[in-house]
Amino acid sequence: MQMQLHEDAPRLVVPDRAEATARMKIDRAGWAVRSYARFDRAAVMRVTRAVAEAAHKAAQEYAEWAVRETGMGVVEHKRLKNELSAHPLVDFYENTDLVNPRVDTGRKMVEIPKPAGVVLALTPATNPVSTLYYKAILALLSRNAVIFSPHPLARACCAHAAARLEAAAVAAGAPAGLIQCIEEPSVPLVQALMASPKVQVILATGGGPMVRAAYSSGNPAIGVGPGNAPVYVDPTADQTLAAQRIVDSKAFDNSVLCTNESVLISLAENANRLERGLRAAGAHILSEPEVGKLRAWLFPHGHLNTAAVGKSAVWIAQQAGLRVVPSTRVLIAPVAQVGLDEPLTREKLCPVLAWATAETFERATGMAQMILRMTGAGHSAAIHCEDPQKAMDFAAALSVYRVVVNAPCSQGAAGFATHLAPSFMIGTGYFGRSSVGENIGPQHLVHWTRLAWNSDASVQMGDFGAVRAPFEGQAPAPRPAPAPAAAPLAEAGGMDRDMLRQLILQELRELTRGQS
Amino acid sequence: MFNYGFFNFDSKAELLDKAIEYWNPGKTKFWQDAGIDLVIDRREGYFLYDMSGRRLIDLHLNGGTYNFGHRNPELVATLKSALDYFDMGNHWFPSVARAAFAEKLVKTAPGMKYAIFGAGGAEAVEIALKTARYATKRRKIVSIIKGYHGHSGLSVATGDDRFSKIFLADRPEEFVQVPFNDIDALERALRGRDVAAFIIETIPATYGFPMPNDGYLKACQELCRRYGTLYIADEVQTGLMRTGMMWGWQSYGLEPDMFVTGKGLGGGIYPISACVVTEKCGGWLHEDGAAHISTSGGSELGCVVGHQVIDILQRPEVISNVHFVADFFHRSLNQMMAAHSDVFVGIRQRGVILGLEFDHPEGAVAVSRALYENGVWAIFSSLDKRVLQFKPGVLLDVATCQEIVDRMEAAMPRVRALLRSPRRAA
Repeated sequence: MQMQLHEDAPRLVVPDRAEATARMKIDRAGWAVRSYARFDRAAVMRVTRAVAEAAHKAAQEYAEWAVRETGMGVVEHKRLKNELSAHPLVDFYENTDLVNPRVDTGRKMVEIPKPAGVVLALTPATNPVSTLYYKAILALLSRNAVIFSPHPLARACCAHAAARLEAAAVAAGAPAGLIQCIEEPSVPLVQALMASPKVQVILATGGGPMVRAAYSSGNPAIGVGPGNAPVYVDPTADQTLAAQRIVDSKAFDNSVLCTNESVLISLAENANRLERGLRAAGAHILSEPEVGKLRAWLFPHGHLNTAAVGKSAVWIAQQAGLRVVPSTRVLIAPVAQVGLDEPLTREKLCPVLAWATAETFERATGMAQMILRMTGAGHSAAIHCEDPQKAMDFAAALSVYRVVVNAPCSQGAAGFATHLAPSFMIGTGYFGRSSVGENIGPQHLVHWTRLAWNSDASVQMGDFGAVRAPFEGQAPAPRPAPAPAAAPLAEAGGMDRDMLRQLILQELRELTRGQS
Repeated sequence: MFNYGFFNFDSKAELLDKAIEYWNPGKTKFWQDAGIDLVIDRREGYFLYDMSGRRLIDLHLNGGTYNFGHRNPELVATLKSALDYFDMGNHWFPSVARAAFAEKLVKTAPGMKYAIFGAGGAEAVEIALKTARYATKRRKIVSIIKGYHGHSGLSVATGDDRFSKIFLADRPEEFVQVPFNDIDALERALRGRDVAAFIIETIPATYGFPMPNDGYLKACQELCRRYGTLYIADEVQTGLMRTGMMWGWQSYGLEPDMFVTGKGLGGGIYPISACVVTEKCGGWLHEDGAAHISTSGGSELGCVVGHQVIDILQRPEVISNVHFVADFFHRSLNQMMAAHSDVFVGIRQRGVILGLEFDHPEGAVAVSRALYENGVWAIFSSLDKRVLQFKPGVLLDVATCQEIVDRMEAAMPRVRALLRSPRRAA
């Protein structure tokens, strides 16, 4: 080893503490989930609700913190997203039972849910705390433990939020270690953790390389690819309403949701009407020279200037040397081409919207597909139209798994303005090199053990009415010292029989043998 | 062919012959006779591999030496790093590693002032007893019957006469023993106000971890205070988070005058031990700091490793893990005992220190063997062969713990068979 006596660099190499500690977190999560996976549904819902309540209460605090720490997004919108990832998310799954076995006497089958175990969850800088809330709730609903690896740009707010949710879970009777967060996230560390045989599934949200790394880790992964949603406005749509929705969606949290509209496509025949609507809603339509300036600033050497991500339209205009009124919410850049030759039609994650015009509906659909061919396959698209046939044709032609109709796409595709599942993980399926094509929910973190009877009519299944369910209710928390256990009551059904038996045996032994 | 580069053996049998011929015939034959033909080869985490390739889960841990498992990657990296810069060092001089480690260690123990280093537990006990004699100007040492504090001159004299008489190292005139958990006996021994120190393992390991009665240790400490005797806590097996707290004496609310730590302090990769003392006891360090000298005691390599050992033990994840492991075995062993109450009759537990009682004078010898045949290595208590020492590591994970219990369950019929057979276990 080279000695470095001349400077303050450490003279000894200290082993990577972050990695060692993170591996201990995985083991700890394993212990936590061993206990939590035996909770009954009432106890699971109680813990989840308690965590949702803690999340809800801190929504504003973490919205402010995330914006402060990352410099991205809008506090008010982040608060809303945080709130939506608390109680409304739990409400959505209120009737999705992932705890009790299902008995299907017709098919002579019993299905027992088995939680994945330890979930390694990556959270992005763009939606840090809302994603953390969302993944924590998913893990709790499915009786899993979760370890967060936040994007380094958002690590402080995530670590704090995770600790708060963990404390709420513990206060509601959950074992400690169910919700943990890596304090010092780094790319090598998360790659090492993703390959751990003690991680059962990775929930990867983040840049393309990180998602690919999750899939390459050798562990099961649910990763989602990038978005780049095309939005088509048909002449049959209410142009004013459509324009309003699009501008609202683009302005929402400064477009950091991957579901935000990226390229607007309209027909020549409704372009003027749409333009009036867009201006009225607060969009600034750029002139051709302005488009050139914006392109040069936003895509220097053809690559997205990440400084723009999550920034406001006014800030971006200033940086690009454009003059806009202070009330400008969205910058709209008319473009002649779409696809590889026009960088403005790529994913931008900021309130800049490219706008292309086509002569026919078929040509517009082709343009949308061209955009997705470049990036955003499997993700989202939107259509504003009153013609069901066109909506059908548009969706059938595109390589996406959700097409939002007459709604803002940012919120709509993420399940907040539609009846899609509320989600910060938009499954991009096979088009988008992902394993799941729908919005990710707690059901994706559970697999089922199926007891399947002989289908022959002569074989009877037996009565499952009185069969004991494979869980124990809430377990008592582990005790630090071997003090005599206080009689632990199973919340759901009084004292557990095994527990009672043990207590009696223990007492008998003490009576007969004295203290040992 | 077992080729180790530096040396090689044709077979395990050849190794055993050589061990008998050149190393230690008694120990080698003892295990052969006990049906435990173990020659530990490769080792990793909490797993040992016999030369035959057979895997064993290690619940012996040499009394906590392998608290973190074998060759813990973080500790191995630490030692390698230290080797790139330091060696054992020169004990005459102050050193960065010794000062840093001493500070780290002292700060884990409220009330303590100095850490005096040795290379092994016995040396640390030796230091403690000498320190007590210096501080009190008294010569007598009291310990408990079946206590165990090592095999060097003074330390061996405190222990069971099995280990002292053979070497004519017993000194009954200076070393008095009293029964464990007998507070009156201790008072009788201290009453003469001529006892320098009372030394006791916080939970006597080699005696099979009998638990101190409620208030016993505290009462011992109070008697010591009353009669001017120093209280020495031997924490070699109870320290380093094994009771669920850093030091066992903390978990009993004690304030010893000195305590001794070793084994796991070096993480199983570099030997180091320490006697940690209060200001009151540490007078000789002022009068003549070179009064006790040890070339390998407080080796700087060991200090770097020990520093990291303490650092790891202070992480919240580790503390939480210890509690999970302790809780797991509390529950599952109680269940197992309920199902096998004909032979398995008691559990002594504090944290991850467990003694399992079997209803036969040599019950634990049979259990040790049956477990060995079922892939688990746990040793009986030398001084009470009814009791199996059951010592899970602080970093154990769920899967390994469950496997231990499954393997134990599988071994129970064999335990019964061994206990029934006329030849008994060994």
